[in-house]
Amino acid sequence: MRTQTAPDTGAAIPLRSPAFGILGYLICLKGILVREGLRFLHQRERFVASLVRPLVWLFIFAAGFRQVLGVSIVPPYKTYVLYEVYITPGLAGMILLFSGMQSSLSMVYDREMGNMRTLLVSPFPRWFLLVSKLLAGVTVALAQVYVFLAIAWFWDVKAPFLGYIYVLPALFLSGLMLGSLGMLVSSLIKQLENFSGVMNFVIFPMYFASSALYPLWRVQEASPLLYKICLANPFTYAVELIRFAFYGQMEWTSLAVVAAFTTVFITGAVLAYDPSRGLMNRKQDTGGNA
Amino acid sequence: MKHLQAGYGTSAVAALEVRAVGHSYGRKEALSDVTFCIPPASFAVLLGLNGAGKTTLFSLISRLYGIQRGSIRIFGHDIGRDSREALRRLGIVFQARTLDLDLSVRQNLSYHAALHGIGSAEARRRIDSVLETVEMGDRLRDKVRSLSGGQMRRVEIARALLHNPRLLLLDEPTVGLDIQSRASILAFIRKLVSAEGISVLWATHLIDEVDPGDQIVMLRQGRVTADGRVPDILQKTGAADIGQAFSKLCRIETETGEMPT
Repeated sequence: MRTQTAPDTGAAIPLRSPAFGILGYLICLKGILVREGLRFLHQRERFVASLVRPLVWLFIFAAGFRQVLGVSIVPPYKTYVLYEVYITPGLAGMILLFSGMQSSLSMVYDREMGNMRTLLVSPFPRWFLLVSKLLAGVTVALAQVYVFLAIAWFWDVKAPFLGYIYVLPALFLSGLMLGSLGMLVSSLIKQLENFSGVMNFVIFPMYFASSALYPLWRVQEASPLLYKICLANPFTYAVELIRFAFYGQMEWTSLAVVAAFTTVFITGAVLAYDPSRGLMNRKQDTGGNA
Repeated sequence: MKHLQAGYGTSAVAALEVRAVGHSYGRKEALSDVTFCIPPASFAVLLGLNGAGKTTLFSLISRLYGIQRGSIRIFGHDIGRDSREALRRLGIVFQARTLDLDLSVRQNLSYHAALHGIGSAEARRRIDSVLETVEMGDRLRDKVRSLSGGQMRRVEIARALLHNPRLLLLDEPTVGLDIQSRASILAFIRKLVSAEGISVLWATHLIDEVDPGDQIVMLRQGRVTADGRVPDILQKTGAADIGQAFSKLCRIETETGEMPT
């Protein structure tokens, strides 16, 4: 029994409980991380699906296209590289992209099913709850990326050993950007069924109109317009940030763009879920009557 | 709209004070000028048909939605301006099932404890204690999926009590339960009020869940049509029992569109 709250019943002046210290915030963050991790462990299909997708690209698509698409020497590569090697950073980005959108889907699901409510009625500030949820999603996504990279390693798609350490912050920041985009999208989706729309209008265009599958100079040769679209796509910068990080190099432009978009998306998501100005109260959900 | 107001003393801070609250979804008005008060350590029933605005009101009290008009205070703490203090005193059982089915009872409760900043040692102690209270102590390690509907409700109530709230909101908590589970959950919540001094707002459309001593707030199409103790409402409406009063204040109006006199 918390003694600070107990005497409230008869008091004329509302009592205040002590503010949450840093420890309280950490406990809350840890709780959200643990729950996300446990949920992930219980959804093995989701884990397998998240691995099968990039592996199919790596084993089948890349193998088939190896002969069709020659990749010349472009930074950060110092020699000719196999197409498999070229698309691996893009596939890591793809895992983050799908995972970000997947958690957006699960947020819509949570909102419809009411689980989101249990999170949002926590007395911690809402921005903190959302950022914690975001961090939890990114952590799970990073685990998926590393399992994928390990399998790719055995497939003889290798980066320098230290690259796997350098790439961690790049993956983390990219995951944060894509996760916060997912969160923003989730606040805009009214119902679960609209998720196929997210696939068609967010995931596919972002993935294909980027440098994930082909270097931008090739795109430019093919279509100047598509080249411009690729340049305007934040996913391109996430992929390039990851690609250069694998070789221990910092792509400053990509870092700046990814950091800027992350800030914008997180701010947008927090505003969208803010009870006083958010979009939530303009939509009548089924309110648990479902 | 004429309200039947309850005359409560103003000496103690109300457990819940809802004042002139209104809410619209776009142009559709879901709540209009809703005002009522729940004193500490009392059991209040929010009575209304489906679509009367009960869930919207609960969403406002729990700060899921921002307040558009009016104000809501929990033990004197404004839910909009001082939401941290207000939410710490509030426990809530949502109508929809909100437990993670694949996780164990303990994992679900630990998550909730963390959301309230309760450390793991303290959380373990409280989880044991609240599960004992709802007579679910032996199901600690079981997956929620293996529980019956009534047992899940008990776990949800245990979860809502984990951070020692002084006000408990329950949104149609007995929906979908068999008669026995309904009765035992209702009896359990009433015991919490008398033994622990917790205040409860119990939303329902089932009249048989009302006791003669309860405070009733009747909601119809987003407006409060009556607020008071059962005998007062009976007297003012001239009804023989609360069912008849409910019909007069909620049902008949809906059907004929006329106001009761």
